[in-house]
Amino acid sequence: MLDWILAGLVLLGAVFTLIGSIGLYKLPDFYMRLHGPTKATTLGVGSILMASVLYFSFTTESVSLHEILVTLFLFITAPVSAHLMAKSALHIKIRQVEHTQSDQE
Amino acid sequence: MFNITLNKILPNPILSLILWIIWLLLNNTVAAGHIVLGLIFAILIPMWTASFRPENVRVKAPLTLFKYFGIVLWDIVIANLMVAKLIMGRNDKLMPAFFRIELDIQTPLGISFLANTISLTPGTVSCDLTKDRRYLLVHALHAEDSSEIIKQIKQRYETPLIKVFASC
Repeated sequence: MLDWILAGLVLLGAVFTLIGSIGLYKLPDFYMRLHGPTKATTLGVGSILMASVLYFSFTTESVSLHEILVTLFLFITAPVSAHLMAKSALHIKIRQVEHTQSDQE
Repeated sequence: MFNITLNKILPNPILSLILWIIWLLLNNTVAAGHIVLGLIFAILIPMWTASFRPENVRVKAPLTLFKYFGIVLWDIVIANLMVAKLIMGRNDKLMPAFFRIELDIQTPLGISFLANTISLTPGTVSCDLTKDRRYLLVHALHAEDSSEIIKQIKQRYETPLIKVFASC
């Protein structure tokens, strides 16, 4: 039973990471490509880490929770780096797809 | 009297609590020795680093904060599924958009929480904050109606954050 749950979680994580990477590859401009990695780091890494917590908690004697730290640090650092990249991209005026709507004059 | 000494020893109780938990998680143990050592660090580090933090932020409503984390986690899951669908769809159907959110929240920590949340919930990335901290520029992967997204962000994330953080 545990094996199935673990396999499901790892697969789910892998699928979301893959979709994030596909997004990074196929989306047309820089700002849209930024959205790809935010996915891979949240749900993708999240479910893989959840599988890790379950596996090490059930197969070893002690409860393993330090994976939570990985999630915590990712959740703090990923948006900051995305923000910095977007900010610098705006600064050097990287091309955006033509139909990007904007409320700026 | 008691309150004053408590404030001196623990200027930032939430930060201390977080440091303590992180220490225990890093060591992956709940052994008595580490609990005590972690407590000592959790008290000393906020005292030593107090001058790094320009303003002391107080968490007014810890319960609202926990509820907020719950909401955000749930939204991350839902939004991930939606964006996965968008990515696998056709590129030319996507309607990317830049829009500005007028901020009601004023505390720097609150703004960074909001900006982080916006970037974490897939589909939106916060890109820039104006110098006067009044507008946050956000890029959305697919926005049929950006005013609807703004309304949702303000109502779902900003309102509880205003309640949680108060500068003092």
